[in-house]
Amino acid sequence: MTISRRKFLGWCGVAGLGVARAKPVRSASLQEFAGYPDSLGVLHDTTLCIGCRSCEAACNRVNELPEPAEAFTDLSVFKARRRTSAKTYTVVNRFEAPGSGRKPVFVKKQCNHCLEPACAAACFVGAFQKSKEGPVVYDASVCVGCRYCMIACPFEIPAYEYDNAFTPRVMKCTLCAPRIKDGLLPGCVEACPTEALSFGRRKDLIRMARQRIVSYPDRYVDHIYGEHEMGGTSWLYLSGVPFSHAGMREDLGVTPALAFTSGALSTVPLIASLWPVLLVGIYAVSRRKEKLYETEKASAVEAAMEKTTLKARAELEQALEKARREKDAAIEKEVRKAIKAKSIQPGGEDKDA
Amino acid sequence: MDDMFQTLQEFMAHTDGATYLLIIGALIGIGGFWHFLTQRNGDE
Amino acid sequence: MPEKRIHLGSGRITPFNLVSGVIIVLGLMITVIRYTGGLAAVTRLSDYNPWGIWIGFDLLVGVALAAGGYVTSAAVYVFGLKRYHSAVRPAVLTGFLGYALVVAALTYDVGRGWRLPYPFLVQQGTTSVLFEVAACVALYLTVLFLEFSPAALEWLGLKRARNLAVKMTMVLTIFGVILSTLHQSSLGSLFLIAPSKLHPLWYSPYLPVYFFVSSITAGLSMVIVEGALSGRYLSHKMDPAHLADKDQVALGFAKAAAFILAGYFAIKVMGISVGNHWNLLSTPYGLWFLLELVGFVALPCFLYAIGVRERNLTIIKTAAVWTVLGIVLNRLNVSLVAFNWHLPAGERYFPHWMEIGLSVFLVTVGILVFRFIALRMPIFYEHPEFEENEKHSYSVDR
Repeated sequence: MTISRRKFLGWCGVAGLGVARAKPVRSASLQEFAGYPDSLGVLHDTTLCIGCRSCEAACNRVNELPEPAEAFTDLSVFKARRRTSAKTYTVVNRFEAPGSGRKPVFVKKQCNHCLEPACAAACFVGAFQKSKEGPVVYDASVCVGCRYCMIACPFEIPAYEYDNAFTPRVMKCTLCAPRIKDGLLPGCVEACPTEALSFGRRKDLIRMARQRIVSYPDRYVDHIYGEHEMGGTSWLYLSGVPFSHAGMREDLGVTPALAFTSGALSTVPLIASLWPVLLVGIYAVSRRKEKLYETEKASAVEAAMEKTTLKARAELEQALEKARREKDAAIEKEVRKAIKAKSIQPGGEDKDA
Repeated sequence: MDDMFQTLQEFMAHTDGATYLLIIGALIGIGGFWHFLTQRNGDE
Repeated sequence: MPEKRIHLGSGRITPFNLVSGVIIVLGLMITVIRYTGGLAAVTRLSDYNPWGIWIGFDLLVGVALAAGGYVTSAAVYVFGLKRYHSAVRPAVLTGFLGYALVVAALTYDVGRGWRLPYPFLVQQGTTSVLFEVAACVALYLTVLFLEFSPAALEWLGLKRARNLAVKMTMVLTIFGVILSTLHQSSLGSLFLIAPSKLHPLWYSPYLPVYFFVSSITAGLSMVIVEGALSGRYLSHKMDPAHLADKDQVALGFAKAAAFILAGYFAIKVMGISVGNHWNLLSTPYGLWFLLELVGFVALPCFLYAIGVRERNLTIIKTAAVWTVLGIVLNRLNVSLVAFNWHLPAGERYFPHWMEIGLSVFLVTVGILVFRFIALRMPIFYEHPEFEENEKHSYSVDR
């Protein structure tokens, strides 16, 4: 099951199918794919977030989402931990920092726009695309609604319109792809009053984040969340507390979701090619045995028949022989009787005469 | 050519697509080859 | 004895017909609510729990339990075990109905059921395990339909078409085994994409192998269970050959199931070792895992063995039902119980009664259609005009 892709591709060679044409042959490995070079992203410095929910309000406005039950100025929502939903592309959660007397931590949650999106890997109609600009965009016009993307997403972002009977869609942050195209900032970034959100090229954002960690080592945990998680994400995070205290999973690893299933998928061509060989082989062997059995049976019967025939013939001959002998004996006896009678008779005749 | 695939997703979408087509070919080919292999003996 | 036998004749008011009537009406009501109010009106699905029992039970369990079709036809036509010939038609019919119901359930579960052919017709998401599952299930449903068609064509008296369909038996059987291997295992692979959500005791790179191997035991056990049920309720439709072969089928399949369950148990234990999850066995989830492994794999395996050694059909039937329950437990564990185990209790999924209602409705429809067909078409007997005389020449010494 755990055939590495490298090995698998090595076996197949795939006859120069695009992998490396006119280039030195090189097997593909995960490291080769660096992602789209100039893709955009957002750096979320959680140490600067004050939990004002302006980003939530802006997101709701620019995406024309339905008005929420509680106003965006209502800060009581922080009592419960929230997640994204079909009506909310982004939420800010509050986490109490470990150790008393420290300020609570606010963390904004939305689609992280993975470099290797699990949703895109999982979608069987290819409704999710990682665009060159950075956003992972969703195409509702092909979506069947199987919700495998929601199973696959390690960040638990995509939501579904369960109450829509005929045209339900998967709902998630678009990184404001349409606004970016128009040269505008994503709604949330534009609305943030504290520069807790910075928009730019992902490359530059990583450099910037690293700079901040170096400049203020006491302020930050030495880790940029999203730089490598699940193969890297377009959203990047800085935090003053361990990320697990800020409601983010630190056990996701750096392997892209696609790599978890590609091993199993690579066995599909193997099974499809070798199973017919194996099964037809087994069939042929069982047929052969069957035929062998039949011919053996037939020849055994034939041999038995032959034996009986020979025996019968011998018996017949014996009987005939016996009959002939008996017949000869009888004739001889009669002849002898007749001769005997004749030899007496003439004598008698002679006597009488 | 080098920047033909920049993400694993792109690469796999391409190779998996090609592989699925090859699978169809392999199934038909192996079936046909078995026929070629055995037709003379009338052994199916 | 014969006069006391329960005939499941249709068209009469019997407790069975009454109960199934109520279920059908209920199912139709749920259908209406589903297609007017959306999934929210009939399910407890949520953004955390996008898959409920319509996937966990109807799809995963349904496909596993419909494995009898490929297992039996492979045994008879590929491996040449012709003494099980009489088990093929019932098994293929259940397989066909099982897969048809799986697809029916999916039209309820997915958001836009009429788009189910989109992955083939509109845009191919080839990197998805689900694409492979969908392709295989669609193709295998067609294969099962063709494998079943001789019975229907004999019933309709279409000789030429029937003989054509019978000619394809070998090709269909082999293609069916390939497709089954692929999608039975891929149903397990579906969960490989979410290692962060599935409990490590159930998450394993071996998942596809587990699903495939256990599907064989599921198929074998279902043939035994169905044989027992139809022997009880449909024996008046069976010809002497079928009645005579019945117990032999149960014995042979039980032996196979016992041995394969033993192998399955072994690879499950290997899985713990490969992942080094021994320490998790003493946690509550670990105990649940052990219950599944010991109580629903090792025990039925042992029970099967006893049944085979003693040639005791009652024990064998018990073991078969037990194995089937074990498959149900395993599929629900992977898809629901051990999935999202990291979430707080308040976010976990529990089915709405209408979700259960729809599943019961679909199973009932399956039983009714099976009865309808078995009472009319040559499933448990050979059609007098199409008897195959080769059938019994092999039962001599094998």
